[in-house]
Amino acid sequence: MSKRFGDIHALREIDFSAADGHITGLLGPNGAGKSTALRILCTTLRADGGAATLDGLDIRAAPLAVRSRIGVLPHNANLYGNLTARENIAYYAALQGMRNRAEAVAQVMAKLDIEDIADRRAKGFSQGQRVRVALARALVHDPQTLILDEPTNGLDVMATRALRDAIGERRNAGCCVLFSSHVMQEVAALCDRIVILAAGSVALAGSADGIRAATGCDDLEDAFVSVVGNSSDGDDAYRTWVG
Amino acid sequence: MPRLTNGAWVVFRKELLDSLRERRALISAFVFGPLFGPALFAAILGFTVSRQVDESLQPIAVPAIGAANAANLLGHLHGALIDIEHDRFADVRALRDAVRRGDVEVGLVVDEGFAAALRSGAPARLWVVADSSNNANQIAEGRLRSALSAYGRIVGANRLQLRGVDPAVTQPLAVLTDDVSTPSARAILILGMMTYFLIFATLLGGIQVAIDATAGERDRGTMEPLLTLAVPRSSLVIGKFSCTLLFMAASLGLAIASFGVAARFLPLAEVGMSANLGPAVCLGIYCAMLPFAVLGAGMMMTVASYTKSFREAQTYTSLAMVVPALPIIVIAMNPLQPSLAWMLVPSLSQHLLVTGLIKGETVVATHAATSAASTVLLAALCVFATVMRYRSERLLI
Repeated sequence: MSKRFGDIHALREIDFSAADGHITGLLGPNGAGKSTALRILCTTLRADGGAATLDGLDIRAAPLAVRSRIGVLPHNANLYGNLTARENIAYYAALQGMRNRAEAVAQVMAKLDIEDIADRRAKGFSQGQRVRVALARALVHDPQTLILDEPTNGLDVMATRALRDAIGERRNAGCCVLFSSHVMQEVAALCDRIVILAAGSVALAGSADGIRAATGCDDLEDAFVSVVGNSSDGDDAYRTWVG
Repeated sequence: MPRLTNGAWVVFRKELLDSLRERRALISAFVFGPLFGPALFAAILGFTVSRQVDESLQPIAVPAIGAANAANLLGHLHGALIDIEHDRFADVRALRDAVRRGDVEVGLVVDEGFAAALRSGAPARLWVVADSSNNANQIAEGRLRSALSAYGRIVGANRLQLRGVDPAVTQPLAVLTDDVSTPSARAILILGMMTYFLIFATLLGGIQVAIDATAGERDRGTMEPLLTLAVPRSSLVIGKFSCTLLFMAASLGLAIASFGVAARFLPLAEVGMSANLGPAVCLGIYCAMLPFAVLGAGMMMTVASYTKSFREAQTYTSLAMVVPALPIIVIAMNPLQPSLAWMLVPSLSQHLLVTGLIKGETVVATHAATSAASTVLLAALCVFATVMRYRSERLLI
């Protein structure tokens, strides 16, 4: 897929896959094109060139069918402050056209352990509570594919751990999980497969071990820097990415 | 299709719940628009009317210089409830200054040779000291002038009679007026402004909902996840539009009702007017104005969805509120008769229909239908433009 915003090449013919039963991590510095790639897969942006398929569906040709199969947690996603956690989740369930909604909402709230805040208005929620409700909202229709854009941003340790557990559970249930992060440790700890993006291109893709082997680095962070920057000087590499 | 209507219904219910819990939206819809306008209107109106009524019944005091020369005139003025104050100002200059400052509404200066001129039959001079740039003094000045000319006519008639001539020969014409207007048609001079207030009340009622549901949703970060759901974008727009419309329609209804109530307390009868705002007329006005609420909701949705932030949306929707008022301001200066062609212009057509209803005229069915059709058609175009915007990725970036 390729995508331009004016003169900026956000994505230059990136090519990767994410399989069911696996957690695939998009890793890259800020501005590498992670969010753009995920937004195209969520059908909120349209690629200028190339194609993507999800469960065999062309995302451009059948956006509604694609959307019914995905659950999305966008970057900095927020809740409706005037609605309670339960109402926020039920709204999405209703929009997805679900039938036994009340039951599904109760189940997903139990799974993510947010029953204690179920009937409180979302206005006063902490960042951790907000992300958990937003994740519950994305999972309420039991989507085959879960897409998360920097979900752990601004979360404390406990909230991050709860989120990781939830993501792991989806994988174990045979779903496809695709998520982006710029935090290496997180990706290393969680992902079965890593796609490293830099300046709108795929720099390298593989398992954590595969990446270590390919770069000849023992430490994933060193491997990352060597892949992305092709230089031992990380600062220089960083400037090239953002420039 | 079921997905479209089902989705729109879900969005509508959520926006309604959200707005009912939002104090800003509620105040804008149910306090500001519908109550503030009519209350202000009634207050201004009541004040003006009662002033006109009261001032013609109450004596006014007019300071004068040299009035001692005109004893008879003073007697006449006293009969016309005008009391002359002799000693308030020492000279003409002090009197002029007081009028210019606005301390005195109007003053009178009598020429030194007034009595002599009157006796000899030459024109006897008087000056009315007035400030024509000050509207508030016009009533007092008018009363003084008409009392003076009435006195002049009496003196003239007496002179003719003394010479054996019938004073009627100096009045070859008797110009009388046959006023065909009805009290409720005369009231249009005042109630014609009502449409203006109704348009504002309608738009104010839904403006907050429209902004919250579009630009606000994007600003708060709830738009992007919403767009990833398996709901046609048109359902989202129709749901949000319907909620905006509901608020506007409710606000319009409240505004008309409060006008109807306020009109009962206005002293219109005392100036020969009557407010034709009974329940049936109010209902008629509501039906005539309802298509405008549809257009208003569409217009505000479009404006709010093409702006980039909450703040920008507030600025542009406020500006957009002025647009529907423009045709009404223009025809306030150049009055025109209702015709089928004018019924194609939204807001103007509603104004003409409402004005007709208040005058007690029968509404022409084709006029009402044309007005509603053209207004709703334009509203549909607005909704379509909003749907296009929601389908574009520019909504997010």
